[in-house]
Amino acid sequence: MTDTLAQLTAKDFTSNQEPKWCPGCGDFAVLQQLKNAMADLGLKTEEVVVVSGIGCSSRLPYYIATYGVHGIHGRALAMASGLKTARPELSVWVGTGDGDALSIGGNHYIHTVRRNLDLNVILFNNEIYGLTKGQYSPTSKVGLRTVTSPNGVVDHPINTAALTLGAGGTFFARVMDRDGKIMREIFKRAAEHKGTSLVEIYQNCPIFNDGAFEPFTDKDRKADTTLYLEQGKPLVFGKNNDKGIRLDGFTPVIVDLGDSSVSQDDLWIHDEKDFIKANMLARFFDDPDASEDFLPRPFGIFYVEDRYTYESALSAQIEKAQENGEGTLEELLAGSNTWTIG
Amino acid sequence: MSDTTILNREDMVTAKNSVSVLFAGDSGDGMQLTGTQFANTVAVYGSDLNTFPNFPSEIRPPAGTVAGVSGFQLQFGTSSVYTPGAKFDVMIAMNAAALKANLANLHHGGIIITDTDGFDAKNLKLSGYGEENNPLRDGTLKDYTVFEIPVVSLTRTALAETGLSTKNIDRCKNMFVLGVLYWLYSLPLETTIKTLKTKFAKKLDLAEANIKAVTAGYNFGDETEMFSQHGRFSVAPADKKPGLYRRVTGNEASAIGLAAAAKKAGLNLFLGSYPITPATEILQTLAGLKKWGVKTFQAEDEIAGVLSSIGAAYGGALAATNTSGPGLALKSEGLGLAVILEIPLVIINVMRGGPSTGLPTKPEQSDLLMAMYGRHGDAPMPVIAAKSPVDCFYAAYEAAKIAVEYMTPVLCLTDGYLALSSEPMLVPSPDELASITPVFSPARKADDPPYLPYKRDDRAVRPWAKPGTPGLEHRIGGLEKQHETGNVSHDPANHELMTKLRAEKVARVADIIPDLTIDNGPENGDVLVLGWGSTYGAIKKAVEQALEGGCSVAHAHLRYINPFPKNLGEVMGHYKKVLIPENNCGQLLSMIRDKFLIEPVGFSKVQGLPFNEMEIEAKITDILKEL
Repeated sequence: MTDTLAQLTAKDFTSNQEPKWCPGCGDFAVLQQLKNAMADLGLKTEEVVVVSGIGCSSRLPYYIATYGVHGIHGRALAMASGLKTARPELSVWVGTGDGDALSIGGNHYIHTVRRNLDLNVILFNNEIYGLTKGQYSPTSKVGLRTVTSPNGVVDHPINTAALTLGAGGTFFARVMDRDGKIMREIFKRAAEHKGTSLVEIYQNCPIFNDGAFEPFTDKDRKADTTLYLEQGKPLVFGKNNDKGIRLDGFTPVIVDLGDSSVSQDDLWIHDEKDFIKANMLARFFDDPDASEDFLPRPFGIFYVEDRYTYESALSAQIEKAQENGEGTLEELLAGSNTWTIG
Repeated sequence: MSDTTILNREDMVTAKNSVSVLFAGDSGDGMQLTGTQFANTVAVYGSDLNTFPNFPSEIRPPAGTVAGVSGFQLQFGTSSVYTPGAKFDVMIAMNAAALKANLANLHHGGIIITDTDGFDAKNLKLSGYGEENNPLRDGTLKDYTVFEIPVVSLTRTALAETGLSTKNIDRCKNMFVLGVLYWLYSLPLETTIKTLKTKFAKKLDLAEANIKAVTAGYNFGDETEMFSQHGRFSVAPADKKPGLYRRVTGNEASAIGLAAAAKKAGLNLFLGSYPITPATEILQTLAGLKKWGVKTFQAEDEIAGVLSSIGAAYGGALAATNTSGPGLALKSEGLGLAVILEIPLVIINVMRGGPSTGLPTKPEQSDLLMAMYGRHGDAPMPVIAAKSPVDCFYAAYEAAKIAVEYMTPVLCLTDGYLALSSEPMLVPSPDELASITPVFSPARKADDPPYLPYKRDDRAVRPWAKPGTPGLEHRIGGLEKQHETGNVSHDPANHELMTKLRAEKVARVADIIPDLTIDNGPENGDVLVLGWGSTYGAIKKAVEQALEGGCSVAHAHLRYINPFPKNLGEVMGHYKKVLIPENNCGQLLSMIRDKFLIEPVGFSKVQGLPFNEMEIEAKITDILKEL
């Protein structure tokens, strides 16, 4: 129960259920930042619904003191779509995982993204099936040895960013689970975006896939393997911000900013409204362990597009149909073609 | 109008009690439109009627072939009409293929009206008769009354001065035939003329041409000597209850039933759906009801259809999903979720021939056991069935009432036969419809005790909590829930308790459903014919005829299949034998045997065709002989 006048705090969004994730799980950090962001946004607990599917991360609704529904495997987005269509005024958040959203729920993923309902989707990607104890997932790296891939994964992994943009998504961001401050801000941007906001979290599973994202978190390597996107800023990375990305025609190339022939002005300036460049960034998907020659993995907001939402367009059609008044029950029962007997 | 003079001509008129007519022609001949016009005319005239379209499953099959024949069957009569007729009395065959495809279903001695222009060498060849074998000439039709009319030629002559192209003139040939039929059955042209004027309001030349064609057909009937030997027929208006009427198909009626239930309950209707034959018209009809605030969501698949509805129901909408067998199979996991969430949801399953793709355009009643048991876990839900096109309205309405008032998914069964058949519906007034009362929990204050989403009332029904309401924030899901609090619980005793409570709630629906009544026949006797669903019309006729023949037989029809009416066992006990005709291999039969430990007689027909009354009457006679 909330006081409608005072701004709520993260504590007000904490439910009475103890999270049952493994110690050290990346999910705890996401839960905390989500509650922080909801408080920052000035949301009231009664106007928020958290919807999820099945998997470790899909337990999310139980731990947030709002309305929540924990559905069935892969169907969180379908359920959230119906809820948002019926009740556009609610703030609807979806917690889902790489197996839930991209494998069993893959069809709902592409269609939800293209419809652009105003949903905030948090995709916990740990590149593994945790709840069923360690089978490879559609985002697992090739070669990963798991209980169902004892000789190494042969499936080519899904590139979530490319899939989302390919399906017509209007908001895509990627965050590392340990980057709490960035995550909190991105959650707020996601909430403010009118449309399906897709936030992919690289979330470490300490039990079944520990260190999956180590190439991007290791303190000695991360400066060279990661690229933090900031609106209007050049693409710069490296230990001393000494590397940049320049476009050579359609080819991104890494340039050495220490080289006097290279100027900051030559660098690619990040523009989250640029669909073509967002698609190129989505293709920065090299495995730093696989070769010396790799592009850094981007984090932050790739792309934001203003487009009408499904529910607003549907509501507008209903308003138009009712411009001369809502239909009555009598009219509905009689229809347009009647005759009288007696 | 010139009709008045035409009607003055003295003809021999034979009164008929009921007539079954088939309009058959090529897919492009406008047979559905022609049949619909005839149906509207007899409806307004006051007959009772029942129609059934029979079109090819292909969208544009080759013209002139048997595969391309489109038919529209209707029966109209002075007394109540329950079926489109087992066989037809009159057949309009616009070409050779139409004759070939349907001759077997014409009554011996029935009337055939042909367009002889559709029996040229090309049509004979395409129909499969062969150029050399014209059935109009070779004695094939010697047992029938055949009227050969050169329809295309006569239409061209009648419309010669309209200035229309030959192509457009030829399109009016169906109206010419319709005019002939109006003359033959002593029916007025007004309804059709009025419709044509509305339909072609912006193309006056076409309106005029079509009106000319239908009038020319009528005049032809009047002037030709062709009919003089047989004269005309008339079917007196039926003794129908006075009031306002409309014509509905089963699918339209289902859609309107849902929308009416939402209005009556003060809820918004949400339909999550994926197109599937023969259920799609429910989605199509509701998509056109935006003036009534209806929201339809054409989902990416059947699963999203049901899950989006569950989301909308959680949000406080009257939520529904519609489908046919293959789609119901895909929805089954979602239905289990709806059972454990205990939220209102209506599922309309329009049954078709199965398994798998089966016979997509043909009716069957073979999803009954899936509706009853087709979910993992102990997951009962109320199951009800519609018996006629109009009854689809009341079944959908009642499904919504039970869903909302008992916080449960409800499965409403119709089938492809009901879905596409039409009949007149006495338009109910809003006051005549049963009340539907959703009970939403009120907002709570900070110092109120915690909200208990699974605290049940004395019917074992939990409350509905609408998101947005302060103080009712709660988390629920597919995991087993603790009694009252709704929190996740793996406690063994709690799971058993919750399983039993969910079942008890569904069983208690029996408290509000009416007792089973005898539709026709004695309260005690030799044979009870127990039906459910679309077999109603055929059983009704069969029992009527058997009763006229002096048999001790009665008819009862089940609307409620789960739970059964409380008196079902007692009613069955009043007869020596119970006969259960079904368009499946005995699914209700096994439920009855299971629950009542009796041995009814099953009667199966799984041919993708409804029963006809003769089949059922013969079965009744067989059973009586053995008693």
